[in-house]
Amino acid sequence: MNVIELKDIVKTYDMGGAEEVHALRGVSVSIAKNEYVAIMGPSGSGKSTLMNIIGCLDTPTSGLYQFNGVNVSEMDDNDLAKVRNKEIGFVFQTFNLLPRSDALHNVELPLIYGGFGAGERKQRALETLDHVGLGDRVHHKPNELSGGQRQRVAVARALVTRPSIILADEPTGNLDSKTGEEIMALFEELHHQGNTIILVTHEADIAEHAHRAVRLRDGLIESDGPVRHRRATAASVA
Amino acid sequence: MHLLAEIREGLLISLRAIRANKLRSVLTTLGIVIGIVSVTLMATAIEGVDRAFARSAAAFGTNVLYVQRFPWVSNEDWTFYRNRRRLEVSYGQKIERQTKLSDAVAPVVRTRRRATYGNLSMEDAFVTGTTQAYMMAAGVTLEDGRFFTVEESNGGRPVCAIGANIAETLFPREDPLGKVVRVAGHPYTVIGVLEKQGGLFGTFTSDNLVIIPLFSFQSHFGSRRDATIQVNVADVAKMEDAKIELEGIMRKIRRIAPGKENDFNINQQELLTQTFAPISLVIASIGLFITGLSLFVGGIGIMNIMFVSVSERTKEIGIRKAIGARRRTILMQFLIEAAALCLIGGVIGLAIAFPLSLVVDQVLPTAMPISVVAIAIIISLAVGLVSGFLPAYRAAKMDPVEALRYE
Repeated sequence: MNVIELKDIVKTYDMGGAEEVHALRGVSVSIAKNEYVAIMGPSGSGKSTLMNIIGCLDTPTSGLYQFNGVNVSEMDDNDLAKVRNKEIGFVFQTFNLLPRSDALHNVELPLIYGGFGAGERKQRALETLDHVGLGDRVHHKPNELSGGQRQRVAVARALVTRPSIILADEPTGNLDSKTGEEIMALFEELHHQGNTIILVTHEADIAEHAHRAVRLRDGLIESDGPVRHRRATAASVA
Repeated sequence: MHLLAEIREGLLISLRAIRANKLRSVLTTLGIVIGIVSVTLMATAIEGVDRAFARSAAAFGTNVLYVQRFPWVSNEDWTFYRNRRRLEVSYGQKIERQTKLSDAVAPVVRTRRRATYGNLSMEDAFVTGTTQAYMMAAGVTLEDGRFFTVEESNGGRPVCAIGANIAETLFPREDPLGKVVRVAGHPYTVIGVLEKQGGLFGTFTSDNLVIIPLFSFQSHFGSRRDATIQVNVADVAKMEDAKIELEGIMRKIRRIAPGKENDFNINQQELLTQTFAPISLVIASIGLFITGLSLFVGGIGIMNIMFVSVSERTKEIGIRKAIGARRRTILMQFLIEAAALCLIGGVIGLAIAFPLSLVVDQVLPTAMPISVVAIAIIISLAVGLVSGFLPAYRAAKMDPVEALRYE
């Protein structure tokens, strides 16, 4: 079964008055388990809107969105929050870590909202941090970590709830190319371990790490197919 | 478990936020501190006035009736009562002979005179002439020595029992018993000292009394004086019956024709407490309302700073929502922060108000009641929750997409 099933998704923003912005004009995409998909497109193409809808941060104006077979397009705020907590791991361009909390607490946070006990929380957070190669940085605050390390904390936070998908929005956008490569290598490894990864980017060479590319233009899908020249990641995980 | 973890997380975050903005938190909390200090001190002062009044009123005894020319509480003009016939000290014996419900009757006459001992003096001592029955009729207790006997009373012996204030003023370092006090020049030997009564209004207490035998009073200060007859009712439950009986006896003594108005009044402590209760309530309400305003202003300060805190942390709210914080979680987080600020303010306020209440205690017999402490804590918590609600609600209903985009 597909993890993500989007059918005729339309998103219209009411800008006040008669003016409307059609961010998505009817998008249908299916993503299966353990796929590695890049969603591409220039700015204004609707890729951010699509990402927000896939990430359950926003709901479509019309169309059907099924997540693991469950209709999420009409869920209320609280149910969406639950889906985000349990099923979706976000990785953002600007890392979006809580600045006053150390790496461990940042990674524990989704588990707190998920209702896990303190002992299990800590154990799982430590394991996950170790997994992304930050086992020795658990008590560092974001401003004591490098950009690459911060993004690893963010990846660990995304992974810790063992979500159905990892949704990465320009994950290398704020990193130099070498660190970016390291992060991409980490995604590659996560994919090998069976995770489903959705990568939102406008950079072609980043998108080439994925196995499939969905290209958007003006709120519609322009093309959807396998990536022909996949880039190999040279850098190692650790 | 889930909720507990969220509350713990909320507490952790708010303490961190409060620490991160120390100056701001201190200034904001100051409003609550001032509010709590003023409200608790006002409550303490009100408690003090009530207690002082209760103590003063207690001096009259709950089961003592006072037959007098003037009522204690009246709306009539004073001149209306002034023209009434004088009450004679002889009524005492007459009442005593006829009453069934009272067990002590004491005629009392008063004048204000100077009392001296050596070169120490007390202006305006309440010189009270009465019989040995006064002890029981007035419900006084002795700290030291004894009251005068029937023989001393009937014989008009030059002995006296003095109030605690008189004793302190005239005998600061001596035992007053057996010493001779001069009252307007006439010598009286001190045989007893009354227990200190305290109280709000000097005139009401027995602390300024110099009690001497009635006959002695009459020969030194004149016998044509308006008397008060103090009657001790044996059974408090029969106060009303005793009052009716006393009224009948008095009407007979004064030969008042049926259908005519009484030309005397029977007063009792209840009259005072009944009159004071609504006054006290009004004072308390106004006082607490006015001081409550400062707490209200403090609450507005909290609300204001919480709005700032929410908008500053829009991004953080977005992040938390993205990783699964529900509306309730965000709402709670900011409510806890507001409540924590106010609670800290409340505790600091109490810590400041407590020593100040000890200063108030020098003027009024009071102590900060435990109930006030508990209420202050609850009120500051409530102020936090109420003033934190709107900002917290705004945070809770933020759109995660918008919030994440906020820089």
